Amino acid sequence: MSLKHFLPGLVVLVAMPLLLQAATQEHPSTIKADAKHPTTAPLSPQQEEEGDRIFKQNCSRCHNAPEGFSSNISGTVVRHMRVRVSLSRHEEEELLRFLNP
Amino acid sequence: MLQPKLVFRLSRVARSARPFGLALVMLCAARYGIAQNTPLLSGGIGFFTNTNAGNTSYTPIIEPLLAAPIGQHFLIESRAAILESFFPRGGGRTGYDHSYFAGLTYLQGDYIASSHLTLVGGSFLIPFGTYNERLSPIWISNFQDGPLIANLGLLSTGRGTGGMMRGSAISNHKYSIDYAAYFSSRVGNEQFASERSFGGRTSLYLKDQRLEAGLSYNRSLQGTQENFYGMHVWWEPADTAFRLRSEYARGHHAQGYWIEADYRSQAFGGLNSFVGRFEPLIRLQQTFRRDTIVSDGLPPANTQRVDFGLDYNLPHNTRILTSYARQFSSTGNFNVWETGIVYRFLFPAWKGK
Repeated sequence: MSLKHFLPGLVVLVAMPLLLQAATQEHPSTIKADAKHPTTAPLSPQQEEEGDRIFKQNCSRCHNAPEGFSSNISGTVVRHMRVRVSLSRHEEEELLRFLNP
Repeated sequence: MLQPKLVFRLSRVARSARPFGLALVMLCAARYGIAQNTPLLSGGIGFFTNTNAGNTSYTPIIEPLLAAPIGQHFLIESRAAILESFFPRGGGRTGYDHSYFAGLTYLQGDYIASSHLTLVGGSFLIPFGTYNERLSPIWISNFQDGPLIANLGLLSTGRGTGGMMRGSAISNHKYSIDYAAYFSSRVGNEQFASERSFGGRTSLYLKDQRLEAGLSYNRSLQGTQENFYGMHVWWEPADTAFRLRSEYARGHHAQGYWIEADYRSQAFGGLNSFVGRFEPLIRLQQTFRRDTIVSDGLPPANTQRVDFGLDYNLPHNTRILTSYARQFSSTGNFNVWETGIVYRFLFPAWKGK
């Protein structure tokens, strides 16, 4: 193998420290939608826990949680997930509530 | 999973993209999404390099996904892949050649009939195993390339054109049983190419144990009719960032399996710490030929392969994917080095009310 074959890896290795430096600055890893359309009542701890459980059991099994998104699409996200992972109605409702605290 | 490389012909792509354009026009003509139900655009933008047996290729790629709810029960969803691949000319010639590909991965309409039944029509991903439906998007997969058996049971294109029933047969706090059953007709159109087939998948998911086991079956109904059988087991222990996924598939001419494990440490400040963002991976896979007919995309000889990966989950939905693989078979052993970076986006298609 010649040097050019290592070039891609070399680029990543050189870029890595810079990217890692940015990564060490803590970012809130929220999966919640922006609070533009809040539900009428705040989530109880039980509801919060239930939503978190449903999210972990169904969504984050396959992919990382997106770092926040517009509340305008939270219903669409949940409906998409309902079809993809066959969410029950209860899970769909709890997940939507969890994403829109 | 990257699609086969095709030479770009503008007129052909434009012609075959008409149905997609029509769907977009229909969506735009529909009333704006109400709060929370605004159509979304998601997907991934990536740049991959792959050094396979000493030949390095470069692939910039975009995989956009559209999901648009209509009313209370409908959802239109579609994913596409647009990529340019640069690869060595080969044959003793120097320099690089390139190819372009743009095409729909799927375009389907979903009607949520009840809490147990969703009817799907259009061009959909074949529900066989788990890789095709769940792990193939570039912003989800841990490795840049799919498993060796990824094509087994996917009937050449990985998608069907027709109808599907799917949903949750039983779901409670302890477990759920899901199902999907489809029928696909033969379609020759480049954007919606599919084979005549039927099949399905069912799986049992133990929620507390985070353990899922499932079975898949489908049958090709054109040309030489073949059966395909699949099995998958996933285990993701609760409160850990460890994931174990595996699949076995058997076709008429070959069979194989893959096992993949990945882990993120929470011991040094959580998943969003410097250390927690690292994600070491390993994937073991084997394929076995049952006869000498190579029509399923698997290697022509029995093959063993091990992939070692190290991904890094950057903030802002960005991932760096790196891996090294060694592939062993009687036709030759070789190394595969892969690096890539993927950004996942997710935003409203337009401003909702």
